[in-house]
Amino acid sequence: MPESSLDIFPPKVKDICSSSIECRPSPLRQSSQSSLPLHRNYMLSTFCTEKNVQECLSHISQEVSSLGLPPVWMESGGSSEMNVVAVLNCIYDLIQLHRRGLRTLENMEVEQLKSSSNLDYLQLTSTQLKEQLELSKRENTGLLERERQLQLKVKSLQNCLKNEKEEVQKLQNIIASRASQYNHEMKRKEREFNKLRERLNQLLVDKKEKKQAIDVLNNIGRADGKRSLWKTEKTEAKHEGEMYKTLLSDYDIRQRELLLENAELKKVLQQMKKDMVSILSSKKPTLKDDQHQDDDIQADLEEEVFDSSKESVELYCVHAREKLTNSIRLQWRRLKSHVERLDNQASLAQIGRSKNTDAVSRETHEEEMDRLKLEIQQCKDFIQTQHQLLQQQLSSPYDEEKASLLSDCYMLQEKERFRDEWKTLEEQRKIFERERRNFTEAAIRLSHERKAFEDDRATWLKHQFLNLSPFADSNKPQMSKSKSAFLISKTEASAASAPEKLIKRPSDTTSPTPRCVPLTSPSTAELYPTLCLVPENRSTKPKRLTEHVEESSNFLNGNVPAQHKHWNDREDHSSHTLTKEKTSSI
Amino acid sequence: MNFSEVFKQSNQLCKVSPDGKYLATCVQYRLVVRDVSTLQILQLYTCLDQISHMDWSSDSLFILCAMYKRGLVQVWSLEQPDWHCKIDEGSIGLVSSRWSPDGRHILNTTEFHLRVTVWSLCTKAVSYIKYPKACQKGIDFSRDGCYMALAERRDCKDYVSVFVCDDWHLLRHFETETQDLAGLEWSPNGCVLAVWDSCLEYKVLLYSLDGRLLSTYSAYEWSLGVKSVTWSPSSQFLAIGSYDEKVRILNHITWKKIAQFEHIATINNTKAVVYKEVEKRPAVGSDDLSLHNITIGTTLFNTQSKYEICPPPVQVPVVKPDPDRANPKIGVSTLAFSSDSRYLATKNDNMASVVWVWDMQKMSLLAVLEQTSAVRCFQWDPRRPRLALCTGNTKLYLWSPAGCVSVQVPTEGGFQVQSLNWHCCGETLILLGKDQLCLCYMDTDQEDK
Repeated sequence: MPESSLDIFPPKVKDICSSSIECRPSPLRQSSQSSLPLHRNYMLSTFCTEKNVQECLSHISQEVSSLGLPPVWMESGGSSEMNVVAVLNCIYDLIQLHRRGLRTLENMEVEQLKSSSNLDYLQLTSTQLKEQLELSKRENTGLLERERQLQLKVKSLQNCLKNEKEEVQKLQNIIASRASQYNHEMKRKEREFNKLRERLNQLLVDKKEKKQAIDVLNNIGRADGKRSLWKTEKTEAKHEGEMYKTLLSDYDIRQRELLLENAELKKVLQQMKKDMVSILSSKKPTLKDDQHQDDDIQADLEEEVFDSSKESVELYCVHAREKLTNSIRLQWRRLKSHVERLDNQASLAQIGRSKNTDAVSRETHEEEMDRLKLEIQQCKDFIQTQHQLLQQQLSSPYDEEKASLLSDCYMLQEKERFRDEWKTLEEQRKIFERERRNFTEAAIRLSHERKAFEDDRATWLKHQFLNLSPFADSNKPQMSKSKSAFLISKTEASAASAPEKLIKRPSDTTSPTPRCVPLTSPSTAELYPTLCLVPENRSTKPKRLTEHVEESSNFLNGNVPAQHKHWNDREDHSSHTLTKEKTSSI
Repeated sequence: MNFSEVFKQSNQLCKVSPDGKYLATCVQYRLVVRDVSTLQILQLYTCLDQISHMDWSSDSLFILCAMYKRGLVQVWSLEQPDWHCKIDEGSIGLVSSRWSPDGRHILNTTEFHLRVTVWSLCTKAVSYIKYPKACQKGIDFSRDGCYMALAERRDCKDYVSVFVCDDWHLLRHFETETQDLAGLEWSPNGCVLAVWDSCLEYKVLLYSLDGRLLSTYSAYEWSLGVKSVTWSPSSQFLAIGSYDEKVRILNHITWKKIAQFEHIATINNTKAVVYKEVEKRPAVGSDDLSLHNITIGTTLFNTQSKYEICPPPVQVPVVKPDPDRANPKIGVSTLAFSSDSRYLATKNDNMASVVWVWDMQKMSLLAVLEQTSAVRCFQWDPRRPRLALCTGNTKLYLWSPAGCVSVQVPTEGGFQVQSLNWHCCGETLILLGKDQLCLCYMDTDQEDK
């Protein structure tokens, strides 16, 4: 029986082990199987009996060694004595192992649950997607069907159109044929009609009974009082001559009218030309640099301008006319180009015009304008940075992320540095202000204290003078003093902690400049250059700033685009003014 | 504005002599000549039959009375009342009779347009012109009376003959490039002859006096074409009204179109003034029917009307013509230039109650006169830019650049103005009713004020 039991049970244990090993790849599936035999093992612990201790021991030691634990039983000692410590250790290890196994099992189970739910979800989504696919397929087929139908329709319509066209053609042909037929018929009818008329005429002439007749009492004279003339060759010639005379006189009148009109138009042209020349010559100096390529034309023009006086003499000469029209055309082109240029410079037209008027005031104006512009720019920049800082404070995590993305960008670092500097400066300013406030407070307090002290002294003196009893409340000012000192220290501490709180560096940027600024309040003279608010060196400062902005705008993508654009515009504008100045000075 | 008393007339035959001194009217078969200023009867002639046509000779000495039914023409002399002349066309018939510009010849067109007979009152001589064409306007004399253009048809082709009116010498004879010539008209200066094709084809040809073709103009093809053609008094413009409800203006130098006036039913032009005639019927209550109205009598049936200026857009009443009938009532049928060529008045047949006045300097619409009934007739004052029109009711309407007035003709018995004629001095207007006539005297001084 023990043999049998031995025979029966060890395999079971093995099975357990194997199962536990097996269960690793798919623990959840096996969990139910593996956990059940374990329990059974506990329940019926008939593994070891008095008789098979040795076997058990050897088996266990074997198992244990197979598990990679120190042997429980030392066979070298010869005796079958059990090392209790080892056994206990082993048991402990086993328990530990078991626990771990259970934990992993649990984890696995959880994992399995998760993945199963995941699977479910995926299945669900897949079914959904399938449905969607089905739907879209159906839709697609529907659309295809519709397209097909539409195409069919189009085809039918095209056929219809073709038919209609053919019909139209046919009808046109019919109309044409009918028209020709009709014309033919009409001609035939007309011929017949004419024949009939002839016949009628003949008949009426032949018929004697009712003839045409004129019955006049006595002949009257001609309206002009002359006698009628015989028809001769002469009269015919005379008629011809008269006809041509009337025609000629008509043409004469017309020519005269045209001449008058032409003369008037020419006058207008001349006037226009003169005006144009005067305009063009007045603006010539300003346009010379644009027009040096057609200087020779200009020379020609000059010549023609002088010719204009002669033209009035030979007004009707073809050459002169051509010359006039050509010159007008030329001038007109010039004027047009000039006007176009003016249009292009519409934004600066005002300045250009003012330039043309007087040179001195213009320059001063320009300078003043530039200065004012720079100042405006500085102010705007100042405001912009303030805005930026505010926004950064509000959305620092976002900035952190962004900065980590662009951490390698030097310009950004530079910018960050500037920002930080600005922040520290701002902090310093705040501190300074706070300090000043504190100082003033302290001064007030001191004055109060002094007053109190004065009062005290007065009272004390009074008391001393009146009676020599000391007063308890003489330490009152001392109390207040200590309080005030405490106050100051507290504010200082808060101020010191503030910069650390505010200077939130997005990442470890390798800023070359010292980050920590001494807490000593900076002088206003120091503050100004950093804020770009110095009025002295205006000419250099903004330039540097705009350059920086331009460069940074190349690197920065969409952090503060509007602002950069603005700055760029500003820069463009300033450059415009500069170039303008150049051209004008030349 | 004053009105004369009403005189009888028939067939609306009533004409002022070219010198402006006499007024000839036909009443049945009698011809009455009055002095324009006094309206006294100067002469009374009796014809052989009811007069169907009457005309003054150019020198205001003779009056021609044609009786087409009998093929007779009678001529009367104003200076010699007992002088008479009778021309009998015999059985060949007569359809039209007219004076030659010299006032000594009469041109009679026989029935079927067999020929034109030229009768000389000086020599009793008769001459024939064969093959005259039966058309809208086949004969036209130049303004100076020197030349006559006659449309002819021979061998199914159109020809134009130019005669010297002095001795009827054929000056030029040329074939025209027309399918079916419909009319011809000399320019006022007598140097250009405008010839137009029948409405089946839009074609206007311009010939010089010596027969050269100056230009051909065609605005479009296929649909019905020219309906009316008029020269401006300055010979500068040729206005062509057509079935597409447009007027095209050609210039006298290039003979190209320089402007096109469209008669659109909805007037959106803010620069044009739209005068709308508004009728006010006197409120006929039971009280009003008594005494007062009965005593006045005529005013009971007469309605007051006045013009109102309508702000654009204005919708003009349009009558759609029947497409199945020939000569559809659509298109510009009447064109008239003012004497100074400054304005052009037009009438579009499918907007029969509207007269359009165009400014020829700005080449734009100037005024629109919307009447309550169809316009019968309009004519420009021969002296100043003033347009008179009538619509077959008891009112006379006048337009001038200053404004528009409607005047009730204050005659008894409901004188309905069917037609009107200006006296050549521009001071008097002859209003023709169905069988009556009435003179209207303009008080120009007051008008100008």
